[in-house]
Amino acid sequence: MSEHNHPYIPNSQKEIKQEMMREIGIKGIDELYADIPKKYSLKKPLNLPEALSEFEVKKHIETLLAKNKSSDNMPMFLGAGCWPHYIPAVVKEVIQRSEFLTAYTPYQPEISQGILQALFEYQSMICELASMEVANCSMYDWASALGEAARMAVRVTGRREILVPKIIHPERAAALQVYTEPAEIIIGQVAYEKKTGQISLNNLRDKISDKTAAVYIENPSYLGFIETQVDEISKEADNHDALFIVGIDPTSLGVLKPPGDYGADIVIGEAQPLGNAMNFGGPLLGIFACRDDMSLIRQTPGRIIGLTTTMDGSRQGFCMTLQTREQHIRREKATSNICSNEALCAVASAVYMALLGPQGIRELGETIAYNVNYAMHLLSEINGVKAPIFDSAHFKEFTVNFDQAELSVKEVHEKLLHNNIHGGKDISKEFPELGETALYCITEIHSKKEIERLAEVLAKIVSKR
Amino acid sequence: MCMFKQASWNQPVIFNMGKNGRRGHILPKVEEDIRNAIDLDSCIPKHMRRENLPKLPELSEVEVVRHFVRLSEMNYGVDSGLYPLGSCTMKYNPKINDMLASLPTIGMVHPYQDEGTVQGILEILYKLERWLAEITGTYEVCLHPAAGAHGEFLGTLLMLTYHKMNGESEKRREVIVPDSAHGTNPASATMAGFNVMVVPSDEDGCVDLEALKSVVSEKTAGLMLTNPNTLGIFEKNISEIAKIVHEIGGLLYYDGANLNPILGKARPGDMGFDIVHINIHKTFSTPHGGGGPGAGPVGVAKELAKFLPVPRIVLDSERYSLDYNRPHSIGKIRSFYGNIAVLLRAYAYILSLGFDGLKEVAEISVLNANYLMKKLKKIKGLTLPYNSKKPRKHECVFSAKLLKNDTGVSALNIAKRLLDYGVHAPTIYFPLIVEEALMIEPTESFEKEELDRFAEVMHEICEEAYRNPENVLNAPHNTAVSRLDEVKASHPKTMALSWRMYLKKNKQK
Repeated sequence: MSEHNHPYIPNSQKEIKQEMMREIGIKGIDELYADIPKKYSLKKPLNLPEALSEFEVKKHIETLLAKNKSSDNMPMFLGAGCWPHYIPAVVKEVIQRSEFLTAYTPYQPEISQGILQALFEYQSMICELASMEVANCSMYDWASALGEAARMAVRVTGRREILVPKIIHPERAAALQVYTEPAEIIIGQVAYEKKTGQISLNNLRDKISDKTAAVYIENPSYLGFIETQVDEISKEADNHDALFIVGIDPTSLGVLKPPGDYGADIVIGEAQPLGNAMNFGGPLLGIFACRDDMSLIRQTPGRIIGLTTTMDGSRQGFCMTLQTREQHIRREKATSNICSNEALCAVASAVYMALLGPQGIRELGETIAYNVNYAMHLLSEINGVKAPIFDSAHFKEFTVNFDQAELSVKEVHEKLLHNNIHGGKDISKEFPELGETALYCITEIHSKKEIERLAEVLAKIVSKR
Repeated sequence: MCMFKQASWNQPVIFNMGKNGRRGHILPKVEEDIRNAIDLDSCIPKHMRRENLPKLPELSEVEVVRHFVRLSEMNYGVDSGLYPLGSCTMKYNPKINDMLASLPTIGMVHPYQDEGTVQGILEILYKLERWLAEITGTYEVCLHPAAGAHGEFLGTLLMLTYHKMNGESEKRREVIVPDSAHGTNPASATMAGFNVMVVPSDEDGCVDLEALKSVVSEKTAGLMLTNPNTLGIFEKNISEIAKIVHEIGGLLYYDGANLNPILGKARPGDMGFDIVHINIHKTFSTPHGGGGPGAGPVGVAKELAKFLPVPRIVLDSERYSLDYNRPHSIGKIRSFYGNIAVLLRAYAYILSLGFDGLKEVAEISVLNANYLMKKLKKIKGLTLPYNSKKPRKHECVFSAKLLKNDTGVSALNIAKRLLDYGVHAPTIYFPLIVEEALMIEPTESFEKEELDRFAEVMHEICEEAYRNPENVLNAPHNTAVSRLDEVKASHPKTMALSWRMYLKKNKQK
């Protein structure tokens, strides 16, 4: 240790150490390590950086981070599972409250009512948005929530097959594969209609059977179009006693019909856009909700907060509940191994939803709908650009194809970047059958000026080919 | 002794607050020209439109702030006081780290940005991987897992993949865990498709070597071990354990929950562990946020590195990039690359301490635990099972069995009474091999005066148990609420898991 006592370690002061060692009855701290075999004791310092002062740490990290470009200094049209939205100042303030920030999981509910109530309110507001009755207080992200939902459907139905649409985020598909493979779950793929991107009902009818544990759809889909055959799909699942799982972007639910209203048994999704920063992709906030049905509730993964009263019934209170599903009680028979989750992100989302209220959440959806349709309208007018490729309604995201312009997405991207614009995500390798296509995202933070500039620059790029 | 009094706002559920029409936030307006150019009704097919607005509360910004500030006042964090939650390593969370993690140059950065525009964060993550590999003695580290259990899931999947590559996955169906293991270990192994075999502890609280020899076989995929274990005792036979597991063809997995006391002192990789997870929110000081987010990076030995999830961060002549071209990779366990805002804090923490500082963290955490143990051993009613002569590392586990027999006051009651003194309770009833367990981990973050106070409070509570057990049995008295009815919370008739469900049930009544 250097000449200073480290500010984070109060007992590193020499006299205190000696006093404590005296009490224990040792002469040196190494006596407490005597049971570590000699051959494993580190003989020389590890190759780690020298300790820096707080000022130096700050300077160093700020300098490194300044090499990043953010959506603050470059209009950005990326979404695909992590979306740029404005985060109200109140949200940041609340989640910096150190009573929330520095608390552990509320194992002692009497001294943790604050976080418990906030999480109960998060669960409740997610239920209102999705029109479901039960929600847990978070999963890691949408992708892991999908893996857990598939496993849950298999436990509930005793069947082994999950049907998913062909158009799904490749990272979610990959995580689903990894989560389900050890449980010997079969993932079946349902084709889409070439013209609209919508699920092919014929293909679904061909594939669904009494072996199907669940049918999964995403709404809006990965490529931004709204799946409109929800009643038909729900009915198909129901006819075969399969569960119906719907993946959502909650910012759509002020304007889009909630999945609970079209028969969803389990709703999953990503709540990052409700008040959580993008942070280069994490932490995220997986939504997990289900119907009020004990056969579902008992198989739900993750922590759930319940409303109850004090023992004497004198006042309302909150506690973690149904813990017999969880690993710390049930061990190898638990519904999931999840322990630490994304609680503080859920608090951020609770504050966000409370700030927006019913009107705000509708206006958020409407503003996004206006902006994205305006962008699609402008881009579709560019000669050589097709936007979107599917003849369907879209929300927040849409595909842009450059095949007619004989340009690759990569070329377009580089030219845009040269103009200090970050274009959409290149999906030409994920879905080769869609040609040179990118996925663009527009939210309430994109101004008319930015959208128009994107269209102008794109038009120039395409005309100069 | 001076008691504590927590705020006790009678704060209604947020749905019972506010008034119709109140607004907490105004969004940017849709610009006039856009409004004129777009017919909103045609944007969403009629039957897919939401008819009724969601029943969210309607509050002004002022009310929202006040509501959540009041809730925060009914919560207790490590900034509030001692938080000796065993196995959770509730250490101080440096403020500079939070400040850096809230910069827009990380917050407003998208994971799919062009690599040229994210060189700063890639450099931080790349270096953090190298540092964590160095600290744990592993070859490569993957930062993706969102939590310790997520790391365990990845680790057990790596075991599965490794045996599959060797053509042995059909045969190797068993993962062994000690009876003192965290619940996540057996749960993770099960998720990866393994059967769980439990090996008992010996009288020293360590893995019973003879029992281990009898449980390993050609069916063994691996052993999951926490070292120091959940009793705070270093597995002295780790060398033999590694040999037994490796000789049979199994892999050795390190549960990093208890890495703190050996930082800079010894490395799991050197002890023969093939897979190591790290709890960033424990050992590397990131705030736990009332349950998360954390981060659970996984370090592996060289022969397992090719299986790690994609993408891997690579450095090629001063340029960092994301490499997806890993044909042996297991794929993905989540979206994107990890809980970056959490990992950034760990980077700052390591920079603030350096090697010497990390070693000091370990040593003081052990000094504090043994100091506290020495003081608590003097308390009537408490005993220290499993070789009470042996030094512990970062934590010690007492049993309140004697006290319970004498007075009826259980570990749970002690935990609740501690809250009255403004001290968070230890972990209780864990590990399962100790009856009436109180698992105490003071960490390096608390000063001697605070540890002395904790010992005094424990002494006071146990004395009170003999003198006036009723008062302890009815605790807590000074928290926001008194004991909660957890049975009511989980009974199907009264269960209310959302406000909607609560209203539905109360209407029926």
